[in-house]
Amino acid sequence: MTRVVANPRHGDLRNLLSVADLGPDVASGINRVLTLTDSFVEVSERAIPKVPALKGRTVVSLFFEDSTRTRLSFETAAKRLSADTMNFSVGTSSVKKGESLRDTIETIEAMGVDAIVVRHASAGVPLQIAQWANSAVINAGDGWHEHPTQALLDCYTIRQNLGDLAGRQIAIVGDIRHSRVARSNVAAFSALGAEVTLVAPPTLLPPSLEGWPVKVSHDLDSVLANTDVCYLLRMQRERMTEALIPSLREYTATYGLTERRADLLPGHALVMHPGPMNRGVEIAANVADRPNAVVIDQVRNGVAVRMAVLFLLLGSGIEWGGEIDA
Amino acid sequence: MAERERRLTPPYGGVFVARTRVMTAEDMQRATKRMAHEIIERNHGLDEVVLVGLQTGGIRLAAQLAEALRLIEGYEVPVGCLDVAFYRDDIGLRPVLPEAVTDIPGDLDSRVVVLVDDVLFTGRTIRAALDALTDYGRAKAVQLAVMVDRGHRELPIRPDFVGKNLPTRRDEAVDVTPDGVDLGEMIK
Repeated sequence: MTRVVANPRHGDLRNLLSVADLGPDVASGINRVLTLTDSFVEVSERAIPKVPALKGRTVVSLFFEDSTRTRLSFETAAKRLSADTMNFSVGTSSVKKGESLRDTIETIEAMGVDAIVVRHASAGVPLQIAQWANSAVINAGDGWHEHPTQALLDCYTIRQNLGDLAGRQIAIVGDIRHSRVARSNVAAFSALGAEVTLVAPPTLLPPSLEGWPVKVSHDLDSVLANTDVCYLLRMQRERMTEALIPSLREYTATYGLTERRADLLPGHALVMHPGPMNRGVEIAANVADRPNAVVIDQVRNGVAVRMAVLFLLLGSGIEWGGEIDA
Repeated sequence: MAERERRLTPPYGGVFVARTRVMTAEDMQRATKRMAHEIIERNHGLDEVVLVGLQTGGIRLAAQLAEALRLIEGYEVPVGCLDVAFYRDDIGLRPVLPEAVTDIPGDLDSRVVVLVDDVLFTGRTIRAALDALTDYGRAKAVQLAVMVDRGHRELPIRPDFVGKNLPTRRDEAVDVTPDGVDLGEMIK
């Protein structure tokens, strides 16, 4: 990967494009974000959940793909740091009139922004933008590639409920092949020492798993008893038309977290989902409402984690690889 | 200077080399006791008092003040801690990261908050702390207790309770540890 020139403003970490960007030692980079997140969770619990840390900075969200929670989460995070936010949604923009990506970026940059939060259906677009832009670029999901802030908030939620991730058994269930969440989470979970098992039908696994630090299973029932975290991915309905699974009903029968299967999980085990959930498909409606389903915690923590990422990129001035020095 | 304070002045870090011991551990104990008495006297008791230590140097002093107050009045005042990293006015100019999570006990409305720090220097940390406190409620009053006032204020801020007034040069450094207070220099 082409490394972008060092941040002219401060330390090493200029962009967050993938989990690997969190430093030469990914685990310590993740832990640094999670530690900082504790402070922002406290901020979010206050009567006035706002600090002046990024006053005068501008964060623009550039979403070429639909998203509610990620866009709102970043926007809330930026506002709680007192940054100004701008929204760019493709439907109402000049992209519709045929403007190129590069022109769009240059136009936005000319208005003087400090960070660009990007989501795009094609992998690599955030990297491309990072090479053009002077502002910090945060990947909010690119194609099947990565969604690093999702991985960070998932790590935070697991740590909050179960403590250290080292040695934990995490099953990621569902459409791994098309999932950027799975890719970021495999990288983050395994960096923190958790053991990841991918559970999916062969058609929904990537063509090659070479180099992935994971085990693979096609039998969810046998995995569940020895699982600390059951991480379900959204079953996208359009996959059915691609004939990757016979039917949603059959998928639910073999890979859905039904009530019977949820009972196989150990008492402490968490059920997680990046949202939006298809109740009745990958997760049974009342399993999603059980106390060990922490989907709402994930959303809540998402704001604090993104505050931490924005603060690290725009405000802290710390050297990413270096020691914490203040 | 406090661990934190010492890293805030250029060249941001380095090694502290002590030259003179200006307070011993016993001196600090006596000063703490005296400040405790002054806090009680000023506030006519402790009914409304909350101690808030500033990360990191003020945490230990706040705990010691609370213990001294307990011995005198037989009453435990609430003690909190505050990290002002997100409120500093030099964000972007130098590395800033919180040391710990802020923990303010209960509602500050109609309480007297005594901010506690080890060294008072430019006053910028206290300025940030005052901003932070307003986000937790409208305190009836805010007072400031410091072990060492070394002068060189850059803002109109003054302490209410002082362990020791210590005239210093700007380029000197003050180090507060459980063993005592030292005056010296930072060597890069």
